[in-house]
Amino acid sequence: MNRLYGPLDPAPDAGYQDPPARMGFFTDTSICIGCKACEVACKEWNGVPGHELTMLGMSFDNTGALTANSWRHVAFVEQPVPAGRQTPAFAGTPTGPTIAPAAAADAVTTTTDTGTEPGLDPGRHPDSAARMAAGPEFLGMPASELPGRQPGREERTDLRWLMMSDVCKHCTHAACLDVCPTGALFRTEFGTVVVQEDICNGCGYCIPACPYGVIDQRKTDGRAWKCTLCYDRIGDGMTPACAQACPTQSIQFGPLDELRERAARRVERLHAAGETTARLYGHDPEDGVGGDGAFFLLLDEPEVYGLPPDPVVTTRDLPDMWKRAGVAALAMAAAVAVAFLGRPA
Amino acid sequence: MSAGETDGGHAGREPGGHAGQESGGRLPVGVRFREYQARRGRGDGPPADEPGREFRSYYGRPILKAPVWKRDIPAYFFTGGLAAGSSMLAAGADLTGRPAMRRATRLASLAAMGASTYFLIHDLGRPNRFHHMLRIAKPTSPMSMGTWILALFGPASGIAAVAEVAPALPRRGVLGLARRALPVAGTTAGYLAAAVAPAVATYTAVLIADTAVPSWHEAYPQLPFVFAGSALASASGVALLAAPLAETGPASRLAVAGAAMELVASHRVENAMGIVSEPYRQGRAGRLLRAARGLTVAGAAGAVLGRRSRLVSALSGAALVAAAALTRFGVFEGGVASAKDPKYTVVPQRQRVEESTGAR
Ligand code: SF4
Ligand code: SF4
Repeated sequence: MNRLYGPLDPAPDAGYQDPPARMGFFTDTSICIGCKACEVACKEWNGVPGHELTMLGMSFDNTGALTANSWRHVAFVEQPVPAGRQTPAFAGTPTGPTIAPAAAADAVTTTTDTGTEPGLDPGRHPDSAARMAAGPEFLGMPASELPGRQPGREERTDLRWLMMSDVCKHCTHAACLDVCPTGALFRTEFGTVVVQEDICNGCGYCIPACPYGVIDQRKTDGRAWKCTLCYDRIGDGMTPACAQACPTQSIQFGPLDELRERAARRVERLHAAGETTARLYGHDPEDGVGGDGAFFLLLDEPEVYGLPPDPVVTTRDLPDMWKRAGVAALAMAAAVAVAFLGRPA
Repeated sequence: MSAGETDGGHAGREPGGHAGQESGGRLPVGVRFREYQARRGRGDGPPADEPGREFRSYYGRPILKAPVWKRDIPAYFFTGGLAAGSSMLAAGADLTGRPAMRRATRLASLAAMGASTYFLIHDLGRPNRFHHMLRIAKPTSPMSMGTWILALFGPASGIAAVAEVAPALPRRGVLGLARRALPVAGTTAGYLAAAVAPAVATYTAVLIADTAVPSWHEAYPQLPFVFAGSALASASGVALLAAPLAETGPASRLAVAGAAMELVASHRVENAMGIVSEPYRQGRAGRLLRAARGLTVAGAAGAVLGRRSRLVSALSGAALVAAAALTRFGVFEGGVASAKDPKYTVVPQRQRVEESTGAR
């Protein structure tokens, strides 16, 4: 049985002899311009269905989430906070505080038919959304006034956009793969995690197993779909479609070791430049999923981008779970034995 | 510092230090989290919107994808448990010479297995590919293990049930031979089914616990006991419903044992897991589980106190069967609710991070 937890090189663990280097993505959100070329290129190359066009009110994010029909998802967060060391853009204009928290709180209940299950569930917490858009400074509950009408222009702030192209993390310990009962999900020689569409029978187990909420079921065919890290392209020595299309190199593709080194240098540079909120996410082989094959540089807490702050692969506890089930099973047998044999009939 | 206030949170923290590493041996996170909850005081804690439960999210949306399983799956948890418990009672009845109880429980087991098979295949996104489950046997997938457990249990429980037709067969000819062979085959198959049954009743608890769904995963130490107890109680319910009073002594004892096991374990699930217990007390899940508890208590009490009355016994049996179904639906709904609300993903994980970065 494969190891369930801890740092690991997944391809040899899965039985490949002499596999190529583990490949992955480093998505540097500090240079993302939110153009969504990655979303489009992915759909084009992989033949991923589109969905109805809806305005979600989530800043410029009208995709909403990773789904079976969106394998890259560009998140947009608006926050009233100066970006870097630039001059306040609205200095001298009567704008007042930004409306970002109010807008975010309003966007919570919007949704769209993604053509998938569970697709884009509406949110439940306007207050939580407001906090995300309030930036590092907590501005209290959102206001319903237009920005210019509010008093207190001396407190006004600039706006920053956080943009992040999210994707399947290709976990070192991938819960989706661990639990798949058909073997449809498999580990490739590049250490990535891919669904075989001719095997998947739509049992749906992978979907709640993923700690990142990535994999999802397509309504039209009942099967589970997600990013393949362009298994077909990288097998031919090409770059995945999203990374190829990214005009800013926010999405970088390459051997994971190199990407991790490059990412560490990038964080150092950003810190030196005064952007102290920069931090890596998913780069650490010691984390709860053994490190992600696709990791990120973020400028705020992970949950602000819709990422779990400390994901742990569920199968880490599987041996314990079976033990508890074993004890319960024995208790059952003992209860039956005592009930029938304990006392004379 | 609350999870909602993040300024200053960055300053002291190493970039990317989200992972909550500890030097040296790592305790399972579930254990650390439970210890943390214990230190903070058990039980409810502050409601979500009080300070201390403030959290940030992406537009308040769920982080996880909620299970796409339809009602088939909690229905199967019920029928699977019923089939398993019934097989165990049937073997006991067979061993101790209680033919009417044996017949009732064997037939219940077969019927429940039939329903289970339907539910399991019907729920698939691609039902015509159900046999892809049989391509592999995979220890890391409780669903795969369950498939093989059922592949053993189903036929055994079926043969045991078919053996019940023996007395109806003619005494002569080929069927006469079957008439003599069937009881032996039925007993053998019945014992095999009973031996596998505890696995059938409990693997489903592992199946749902082995997900990222917060209220299922955190409940993994208790869920097998909830399901095992509920399986025993519902099968005893069938026996109380269908067998004469002269034979149901063990069933009423088992009804109490099963109900006790279930009530103790589900009390812990509903109360002892801090914030992730919440979904089991609220909304539909809360209503279902409260109804289940009431029926379980009433059924178990009736099974003992009414053991001399056919009517009270039968009513108690029906209550226990209904309770088992409600329990499975309640546990299912609670988990789904916890997956749909980012609070149950972010708050515990954030606490873990703060705790491990604070402990440095
Ligand atoms: S568990 Fe989720 S993030 Fe990890 S490889 Fe599977 S689908 Fe991707
Ligand atoms: S839905 Fe498909 S890929 Fe997901 S666990 Fe089931 S068979 Fe595997």
